Amino acid sequence: MSDTPILSIEHVGVRFGGLVAIADLHFDVHAGEIVSLIGPNGAGKTTAFNVMTGFLKPSQGQVRFRGTSLQGLQPHEIVRLGLGRTFQRTSVFPDDTVFDNVMIGLHRQGRARVLDTLLGRDRAGEARLRERARDLLDWVGLSGRAGEKAGALAYGEQRLVGVALALATEPAMLLLDEPVSGMNASETQVFVRLIRSIRERGITLLLVEHDMPMVMEVSDRIVVLNYGRLIAEGPPAAIRADPAVIEAYLGHSSAALHQDGAGRTAATETIDA
Amino acid sequence: MIRHIPALALLAALAALPFALGQNPYLLNALITTGIVTIAAMSLNLLLGFTGQLSLGHIAFFGIGAYVSALTSLGFDVELVGGVRVVHEPWPPVVGFLLAVLATAACGYLVGRLSFRVRGAYFVIVTISFAEVVRLVALNWVELTQGPLALTGIPPFSLGLPGLGTTTLRTKLQNYYLVLVVGTLCYALIARLVASRFGRAMRGLKENESLALSVGINATRTLTVAAVISAAMAGAAGSLYAHYLRIIDPDVFLFSTTVTMVIMVVGGGKGTLLGPIVGGLIFGLLPVALRPVMVPEAQWMVFGLVLIAIQFVMPKGIVPGVARLVTRRRASAATAPRIPMEVRP
Amino acid sequence: MPEFLQHLLNTLILGGTYALLGIGLTLIFGIMNVVNFTHGALYTVGAYVMYIAVTALGLSFFAALPTAILGGLLLGAILDLVLLRPLRGADMDTTMLVMIGAGIVLQSGTLWLFGGVAKSIPTPFPDAPLQLGPVSVSWLRLFVLGAALVLIGLTYGLINRTRLGLAMRATFQDHDTASLMGVNVRLIYTATFALGSSLAAAAGALLGPVYVVFPQMGGMAELKAFAIVILGGLGNITGAAIGGFILALAEELGAGYISSGYRDAMGFLIIIAVLVFKPTGLFAKAERIG
Repeated sequence: MSDTPILSIEHVGVRFGGLVAIADLHFDVHAGEIVSLIGPNGAGKTTAFNVMTGFLKPSQGQVRFRGTSLQGLQPHEIVRLGLGRTFQRTSVFPDDTVFDNVMIGLHRQGRARVLDTLLGRDRAGEARLRERARDLLDWVGLSGRAGEKAGALAYGEQRLVGVALALATEPAMLLLDEPVSGMNASETQVFVRLIRSIRERGITLLLVEHDMPMVMEVSDRIVVLNYGRLIAEGPPAAIRADPAVIEAYLGHSSAALHQDGAGRTAATETIDA
Repeated sequence: MIRHIPALALLAALAALPFALGQNPYLLNALITTGIVTIAAMSLNLLLGFTGQLSLGHIAFFGIGAYVSALTSLGFDVELVGGVRVVHEPWPPVVGFLLAVLATAACGYLVGRLSFRVRGAYFVIVTISFAEVVRLVALNWVELTQGPLALTGIPPFSLGLPGLGTTTLRTKLQNYYLVLVVGTLCYALIARLVASRFGRAMRGLKENESLALSVGINATRTLTVAAVISAAMAGAAGSLYAHYLRIIDPDVFLFSTTVTMVIMVVGGGKGTLLGPIVGGLIFGLLPVALRPVMVPEAQWMVFGLVLIAIQFVMPKGIVPGVARLVTRRRASAATAPRIPMEVRP
Repeated sequence: MPEFLQHLLNTLILGGTYALLGIGLTLIFGIMNVVNFTHGALYTVGAYVMYIAVTALGLSFFAALPTAILGGLLLGAILDLVLLRPLRGADMDTTMLVMIGAGIVLQSGTLWLFGGVAKSIPTPFPDAPLQLGPVSVSWLRLFVLGAALVLIGLTYGLINRTRLGLAMRATFQDHDTASLMGVNVRLIYTATFALGSSLAAAAGALLGPVYVVFPQMGGMAELKAFAIVILGGLGNITGAAIGGFILALAEELGAGYISSGYRDAMGFLIIIAVLVFKPTGLFAKAERIG
């Protein structure tokens, strides 16, 4: 873990009209870390992601990625700097095959311009891209689904396509927005392994997630938001014991935080049975 | 290559068609104009079908192409503001064709840059407005365009081959094959674009814009390039139109022609390569079939009703509808009959 | 100077009916998210109902106007029930294409029924214009202005002072929430489309006697309505009302000082200027209507 952060959220605030979605968010992520951003519904997690990736302009503050300010940059420009993301709900191009989804995702890896295409000068490049797409599908375990319409895949598989798309941009850091929501326990376990192997590729990870056992298992560090404010930050063990965090989750899903040991066992039993 | 078989078969059929019809001049004329509007519909499909942006002013590019090409080959002498006089001596129609393509490409760039910042309904309305402004200019700038009196005596295309001399395309048959060649080139160009990196960027934006942005696709740039290519193709069709009919007036900009193109595209199947061609042939030749039994107003009512019916009955259009039927039949013949296409065994 | 005053007066008169056209279109867009390509046809229908009512039915001019408005209301309700209600939830392109088809059917139907020859509607007003100092105005045009202002006022009243208007405003803000709160959203949609259509018909019925009535008259009116709505910001009623007057002013001045041939181009030049300088319209999209 190096000392200069790869991503810095510097006093970011977002207001929609009179509504405060994020008050004053300030935290860093260091290269090689897996960090989770958690908080009750409406805490501003997805809003924070949208600010980091240029889909939303903050009302105040700024985001720095690898020392560069992202202020005023468009989403497609931010990806080019090496900050990739996935989406909570719609993670695929539904009318294309899984293979073509990844090909679309490899946009940045291609060099062909319209003129090259018209003159037939893009053949070698296209072959190289197809090779890359096959590798990526292998890697996320979707080779068997390559020819199918992405929109027809099961929910968990669509998530994997989303990850393959994000990885296709060759990011240095990846933001995953609720990657395991709607997955069953065994799918979640597969995903946890995937997250670890993404890190082994040298990619830093920031997650927004509701599945507390999964968050506790996979994270090096957890950042907790409530009502648009950072209320706690630290390793999983410390977060679990933090009174402010417990307070925030009371009435929302107080059981979730303590589910970690017991909940996991229960889930595993269900699968075994 | 296999996926191009339907297109190649269609091309062969179209190449043989004039002889099958005994070179009937009335039908040949209908085929030529249908072919020209179909090329424009193919260009519209590039925007409407592949990027999802509905250009309802597409006729502007067609008309500008027609006027640029006609004026290049006729020459003109106009006085601009401030007493600057511009005199242009006639150039060959082929040069007019090239200038038409360049000029409409530039217009496509302007309209794209202007309206792709705000898309959807705004794009639709900007394109309509653009077409109306251009029509009013053609109507009122009498010194250049003759206004409602029309530009007449536009020369036909002459094609020169080294060593073989030049041929002037005066007969309907020659013009038919000219349109077929240009149409085939446009088809090949679109087919290549759609299968390329650029085509994937267009599809990505249409299917899921946020996701497309998140993998680094530049929306404004991609859509503007699509608009440029689409406009240039419509301009080429307009040039063919001017040199075939040899007379054009501001009615070339009528909204109803855009509507015809839209019906061809959505009826045939937007976002498919063959859709606008199938739709173009059906809805281009439908008036020929309806003319003996109906007055033009009634024909237009039929067109309007067809446009409505397509949205209710076959929203994806004829080509995807037929393709689905064919694959379903093949699938049920080849695999276990009980398993529908959507469910994996 | 008198010339300029005359232009201003003409602007007021034209602007009133333009505002009606624009309000109708923007209501439908704002509440239903439908780009109404039958708006021009409804304008034409309004003018023809007026014509038939006065000539064939022998109604008085003042009874014919509400008849035309009612005709627009009914036709709008039918269009919504037959074409739009089954397509609720479809994307904007689908409804746009259906509306284009319906517009073509209505316009060609009018042409088929009445032929292409322009008709004029007889009016009870004296031919001699009213002299107001340096400017003059016909009694008919004054009546048109008055009627347009009354109709704009009634529309505002309906939206801001009635239960129906309240439900429409709720639907405009968020149709899901409105539906949860017990608003019959389907009914609101039909009411909105009928109301918007009746305003288009009213504009046609008012301008028909000023100019002439012909089947293609709605085409240009529709394009102008688009210009007004973009000028005012999509879905913004007050914006559309003001936009109507701005467009009328631009046309009057353009026709008076540039060239009468470019009168109709003004709207489109305005659209282009607005998109370059202020894409959301001169009056940023209202968070609520009224």
